[in-house]
Amino acid sequence: MKWKVIEKSKLPNLIGELAREYEIFAPVDRKSIGSFERLASGSEVSLDSRNTKKPPKDVFIPQTETLFTYKTGKQEVELAAPQVVIGQRVVLAVRPCDAKSFVLLDKFLSSGEYKDAYYKEKRKNTTIVGLACNHPLSTCFCTSLGGSPHGKEGLDVLLQDINDKYLIEPITERGEKLIEKFPWLKEAERADIDKAKKLSDDAEAAVKSKVSIDGVDNKLDGMFDDPIWEQICQKCLNCGICTFFCPTCCCFDVLDEDGKRIRIWDSCQFSCFTLHGSGHNPRPSGKERMRQRIMHKFNYFVKTHGESFCVGCGRCIQECPVNLDIREVVGAISALPTDKRSDND
Amino acid sequence: MEKLEKSLREIAEKLLSEKKVDLIIGYERGTRPLRTTPCFVNKTEDVQKLIWDSSCDNNLAKYVVDRKEKVGVVAKGCDARLIAVCIAENQVPKENVIIIGVPCLGVVDRKKVESKLEEKEILEATIEGEKIKVKGEEFELLLAKNDFLCDSCLTCKHRNPPIQDVLVGEEVPELTEVNEFTEVENLEAMAAEERWNHFNGELSKCIRCYACRSVCPLCYCKTCFVDQSIPTWFGKTNDLSDTMIYHIVRALHVAGRCVDCGACSRVCPVNINLRELMKKIEKIVKERYNFKAGLSLEEAPPLGDFKSEDPQEFIK
Repeated sequence: MKWKVIEKSKLPNLIGELAREYEIFAPVDRKSIGSFERLASGSEVSLDSRNTKKPPKDVFIPQTETLFTYKTGKQEVELAAPQVVIGQRVVLAVRPCDAKSFVLLDKFLSSGEYKDAYYKEKRKNTTIVGLACNHPLSTCFCTSLGGSPHGKEGLDVLLQDINDKYLIEPITERGEKLIEKFPWLKEAERADIDKAKKLSDDAEAAVKSKVSIDGVDNKLDGMFDDPIWEQICQKCLNCGICTFFCPTCCCFDVLDEDGKRIRIWDSCQFSCFTLHGSGHNPRPSGKERMRQRIMHKFNYFVKTHGESFCVGCGRCIQECPVNLDIREVVGAISALPTDKRSDND
Repeated sequence: MEKLEKSLREIAEKLLSEKKVDLIIGYERGTRPLRTTPCFVNKTEDVQKLIWDSSCDNNLAKYVVDRKEKVGVVAKGCDARLIAVCIAENQVPKENVIIIGVPCLGVVDRKKVESKLEEKEILEATIEGEKIKVKGEEFELLLAKNDFLCDSCLTCKHRNPPIQDVLVGEEVPELTEVNEFTEVENLEAMAAEERWNHFNGELSKCIRCYACRSVCPLCYCKTCFVDQSIPTWFGKTNDLSDTMIYHIVRALHVAGRCVDCGACSRVCPVNINLRELMKKIEKIVKERYNFKAGLSLEEAPPLGDFKSEDPQEFIK
């Protein structure tokens, strides 16, 4: 399929047409907090800003989600599925790092033995339209994790801002089908594609922040009891910012409230994260909780799913209240002598 | 500033080498512009890492509770007052803490600087006297520091640590004339419904990351009521009524203890102005008990204490 272009001024028309058939989620700037929200109108969308402050994960994993409802009688319990109809969705203007997070979340939540039906249901009905980054930030390190400011992984369609227009590149069959709905879109000209290529190359070169993750997974194998965790966690406040703002962190807690079984976001940094019913907590202090976060991202996930559970979006770096920078943490682990790894084998 | 830093490092080195403390908790340069990060120094050769300027915004009193070692803590007025509260509440033995007081002319609110620059990213920043020099791709700006200070600093009446063991540099003039309750008075002037809507709007942004609790030096409870499950005091979803209970209970729990360091507002990733609620309570405590927190090492907070002259008009 040929690449298309759309003038920026026509984008609200496209969104308007899409909205007849799809639930559209896109970056909006409500109360100065950029986040992906269900669009009420095409004019609300803000595509000229940086990546959203909040990641788009809550399109698929809402912070609070009812799993089922229940009624208890004298003898019996009556269960019912939640009354939610999930229609066809389009998530618009997902940055390549966040698109990669969907690929990782798919691996984690909808492949293998255990599949998360709630996630899967939403995901299967969703078309992802990306927006390439022309201006990566100084905290971006996607290229260190196999990503790119104009990466296509996880996307059905990629938009690229080429000044007055967006270049529209179909990536998957699903993406092609979406574009076919707009026969009025103009075909891209050679000059548009050349301009996009130039912007992509510039953006790639503009990602200056590099993190060396090569070999970090293996090194972490022998570091469960390493004193480094004590050092790293020293300034950590154990708040939930890094995990809540992480596009891939998806740990949850389950609770019953008013006849509803609900799941809510949880954070490995919280003191009651793995608190057992017995009162025992295998992760009693910040040290173990910090280790859990780093191990999960750069060791466990690599072993189970073949790559790191981090996309290099830099949100945790921007938001951490004490400037605990994950690039430094990975850098410090990477800099340790390699003989460390067999210490505890 | 360089002079102050030099003096700070000398003090830290002396405390460590004379074994008066095992650890110095201060600030070092962070990884981002206008960003410093808490720094833990236990070797004299590392004191060179220590810095001091108006980007030292973290409240280091947070790191004082629950330590086995003797520590020297770099403390602004607000930090020193919070250490004093922790000592008065028997959370830290006085002999385990040396307060290295630093007179402070206010810390820079990065969010204010960022919003001034809108979409432009700051790549480099230095604070030079009264100016903040920010640089980015194709721009360089000189900003007046006083226009970008944290709100809590604008009305701070204890820029010099009221309690300290050693002072770095010289005292700075206090803001004696400023009305610290203007924001609260604006809230009080609102009609009840308007005020309700205002708080609804602010608190509906909350994502329950608990950074406001985690950063607060006074939130030292072994198990926070948020984390208790037997019984569960309130829901943990981001339902507005539950969120409100969390913030209101936390505000009440720091009544008569909060010194308005502003850390809760500064760290809030969704920019909730939590200070408003705290400041209102601070005003009530001041009016009813004529009490201001963090000015004494002995006096218990009024809500944790009883005096026969306490107002008790509710007993009829």
